[in-house]
Amino acid sequence: MGILSSAVSITRYRVEGKIEGPVIDIVSKGLKKNAIPEIDEEAESKAAGWTSFENPFHPNFDGSSFVFGNLFVFALRIDRKSIPAKLLKKHLTLETSKRLAKTGRRFLSKDEKQALKDKVINDLAIRIPSTPNVYDLIWNYEASSLWFYSNLRSANEEIETLFRRSFNIGLLRLFPYTAADTRAGLSDSERDVLIGLSPTHFSD
Amino acid sequence: MLDLVVAYNRYRFLGDEFLTWLWYTIENDPSVLKSADPDCQSLEVGNRIVFENRKTKSVERITIKGDEAGLEEGRLALRKGALVSEIALIFKTGEYNWQFSVKGESLNVSNLKTPGPSLPQSPEQMDDFILEKSGQVDKILQFLEKIFGSFIRSRVSSKWTSKIVPSIKKWIVSIEAS
Repeated sequence: MGILSSAVSITRYRVEGKIEGPVIDIVSKGLKKNAIPEIDEEAESKAAGWTSFENPFHPNFDGSSFVFGNLFVFALRIDRKSIPAKLLKKHLTLETSKRLAKTGRRFLSKDEKQALKDKVINDLAIRIPSTPNVYDLIWNYEASSLWFYSNLRSANEEIETLFRRSFNIGLLRLFPYTAADTRAGLSDSERDVLIGLSPTHFSD
Repeated sequence: MLDLVVAYNRYRFLGDEFLTWLWYTIENDPSVLKSADPDCQSLEVGNRIVFENRKTKSVERITIKGDEAGLEEGRLALRKGALVSEIALIFKTGEYNWQFSVKGESLNVSNLKTPGPSLPQSPEQMDDFILEKSGQVDKILQFLEKIFGSFIRSRVSSKWTSKIVPSIKKWIVSIEAS
């Protein structure tokens, strides 16, 4: 579910810090440097990186292509390869038979089995295409806020790591405590009270 | 600031208390909603509400859904110590409706449907679409932030235990009687 969807899920973040220097140039460089790598026909089973909002399968961050008014709009893409267990079993059985026939032995050692399994997984990963998942985001640089169009924990963890690596500034996820501590306009004494709060019981 | 994982789990109750307070406020003090957004003509409970009772050994969860669903079971759950953990809401201005759900523990918004705009028909229309769409999303997120701020400022004040909690308890008991 992305920006163009009729119904969307959003996780809110506060962007902690500002970029020093020409913002659009630095953001563009961070996006290019951490753009999603293609892993089809490669042995990697997972890749994560930035991609374009308008063209998620051909990322392009030239110029101000990710700037819409006062907003930066782009997407996180996570590609994963999934090897079906039955397919792995079939190829592992075939490869094991071949190896035994070639060596004239009846069994493989534990280490040999593991090495053969790793080789089969590697060979299959090269042949199996990855499945992409694209999660849009809107970054309002002036307001230091970012909306990430997913509530999936794994996608949220990925963007938090990638964002810091790309732009050298952090994201603070806004959940009850962080929203109360940073967005509710509490005084220092009220924040002290906040830390000491315990659950209310509305029923006797 | 506290470690974020610790803070998430330690204070997740604040989100459930917020949604319970919000339901109470919708029914008893809608002027608070108007102060968060003057355009808010009404905020209504939508077609799904989830209650969780953490007072029991294992977490009890009750989900009520459907356009015609009654909330009697939910109201009974409140009496037994449950709190609202997720709620679908309809935000109405004079002309337009926004539908969305809020989860207490994360304050995440899901299933947000804005009143517009129509999808762009050409790449040239994308800029206008993004700006209008983000403005409509922002309206709800700003509203939620302000209403959560109202709740938190009440929650850390002495009024919480002296006035607000007794009022909510009275409301829960009145539900039982009605």
